[in-house]
Amino acid sequence: MTGTVRLPRITFWRTVFWFIMAAAVYATYVRFVDGLGSSTNLSDEFPWGIWIGFDVLCGVALAAGGFTLAATVHIFNIEKYKPIVRPAILTAFLGYLLVVVALMFDLGRPYRIWHPLIMWNPHSVMFEVGWCVTLYSTVLSLEFAPVVFERFGWRTPLRYVKAIMIPLVIAGVILSTLHQSSLGTLYLILPTKLHALWYSPMLPVMFFVSAIALGLAMTIFESWHSSRAFGRHLELPLLSSLGRVLAVLMLFYLCLRFLDLGKRGVLNLLTVGSIETYLFGLEIALLLTPTFLLFWPRVRQSPLALYLSAVMVVLGMIVNRLNVSITGMERGSGVSYIPAWTEVAVTLGIIAAGFAIFRLAVQHLPIFEEEEKDEPVSAPVYQMAGALGD
Amino acid sequence: MARAILFDSTQCVGCKACEEACATKWGNPYDEKVAAEERVSSHKLTAVRTFGEHYSRKLCMHCLEPSCASVCPVGALEKTALGPVVYDESKCMGCRYCMVACPFQVPSYEWDSRLPRVKKCDGCFERQSKGQPTACTEACPTGATICGDREELIAEARKRIAENPGQYYNHIYGLEEVGGTSVLMLSAVPFEQIGMPGGLPKDALPERTWAVLSHIPDVAGLGAVLLGGVYWITHRRDEVAKAERAEASKEKENVR
Repeated sequence: MTGTVRLPRITFWRTVFWFIMAAAVYATYVRFVDGLGSSTNLSDEFPWGIWIGFDVLCGVALAAGGFTLAATVHIFNIEKYKPIVRPAILTAFLGYLLVVVALMFDLGRPYRIWHPLIMWNPHSVMFEVGWCVTLYSTVLSLEFAPVVFERFGWRTPLRYVKAIMIPLVIAGVILSTLHQSSLGTLYLILPTKLHALWYSPMLPVMFFVSAIALGLAMTIFESWHSSRAFGRHLELPLLSSLGRVLAVLMLFYLCLRFLDLGKRGVLNLLTVGSIETYLFGLEIALLLTPTFLLFWPRVRQSPLALYLSAVMVVLGMIVNRLNVSITGMERGSGVSYIPAWTEVAVTLGIIAAGFAIFRLAVQHLPIFEEEEKDEPVSAPVYQMAGALGD
Repeated sequence: MARAILFDSTQCVGCKACEEACATKWGNPYDEKVAAEERVSSHKLTAVRTFGEHYSRKLCMHCLEPSCASVCPVGALEKTALGPVVYDESKCMGCRYCMVACPFQVPSYEWDSRLPRVKKCDGCFERQSKGQPTACTEACPTGATICGDREELIAEARKRIAENPGQYYNHIYGLEEVGGTSVLMLSAVPFEQIGMPGGLPKDALPERTWAVLSHIPDVAGLGAVLLGGVYWITHRRDEVAKAERAEASKEKENVR
């Protein structure tokens, strides 16, 4: 002990992080003091921007790994995936919390965010999404609770939560199925506004299938990053087999997309040189390339290739959600929308906060540690509890 | 008896008396600058728009099955039996889905307010429920805007087209658009040429989302049964395997 305070090292990413956070704090001030008009480029013609299109639509979809892996391990009993359930649930839990934060920015009167819970309108997709997200966030907090209980050695609550884990996971899967698809249903009422390349009666199904694929891709993505950041061993065989499932799922999703385009007779739109066609091309290229790559065993065996394929899936799905919610809506709305710096700053701030909280959680909670098999509490804690009891 | 408004573009002279009456009713500022704005906004709930020698009005169409009321998660927007679609600002949390969903792009938002509200024409619900005409109808000097029973107004519109076929484009806008609206329009030229969205489907748009939403109880019920079943099967397999192993080891001991 020298008594000197050790200052945190200044690294490139830390500098970026604090720069983003400073911008986000100022943007937050502008948003809540001057209102939505000063802080966004939204208008009567274009009332939803990136806070809905990216933060909410992409945020919810990126968090889909939670219910996918919880179901795989707890319901389908495929035990080998157990080591990656906790990081997936942490991502999901964080994801939903951040979606709610983003909503607080976007809602005109955020203090009324609870209104849908008591003022019902069952005909509204938004009402259903509101309920599902509220309930699923509660489910996620309970699915995540064992991690915290284990950390502090709270055995009784741990026993209670574990006793209801299966019904919880089942509820989580159903709630996720409902609202992941409902985010697509949101756009079904806009046949005249959403571009024909994306408007489809199949939107709910496509949003659901793509969310599962995205959840798997995110699991590969975060495992790779965690293994680098924390010097952990990478569960490569596990992630490779996840990559194979992802490839099959992506192929199914892409077939669905093109069959739908063919059935609706809008494939000829692809020959028109419009901005929508190019964005559609970008989206499909980002989704098709990793699908082919992942069918190739050598790609799945290489950590870097597997990671890059997952990144492409993530980017492709983000482009898809943005096409549905923003770029595909511009022509039908008759205006063009480019987010204000304040909108971008808040979004980046939320992403940066997500990374930072994930890192903190992994450092301080048993996220990547092997879950105890039979004894709910690890031996040292057990002994400590015994010593305290005496 | 459902009330409606009939706007006959061929009789409109663009005097904007309806705009001023509407502003007065809502307590909105109205001067030359506002009069020059040819779009609806949070301080101007109806606008007279100029298209060459034709004028048209923009106002809430008061759909028979309004998208805005259907999508509102808190039921702040409501289609009244009288006809107008009304807004209850005390419920609204500001998600703005109504603005996204409106096929006519009518609802406006108080973007510059710290506690913003949605603003749109309420069809003078209070006046009409007392049997009075809407403020815009009362102000119209030429009779281009009239209000009354929807069926009677449809009959009147048909009569006008039949009696002066050369004067009208043969279509009553709002009769079938998105399932019908409580604002009907007549025009000398195709409606796209006076700023009305063309090619709207004839089905009520809320039916498209309800077709999916109404399956939620099925998905939830079926999902619970399926997942419960899968859980039972996959874990039963484990139990059986465990029991068989125990049996096998017991037999081994017996053999010894």
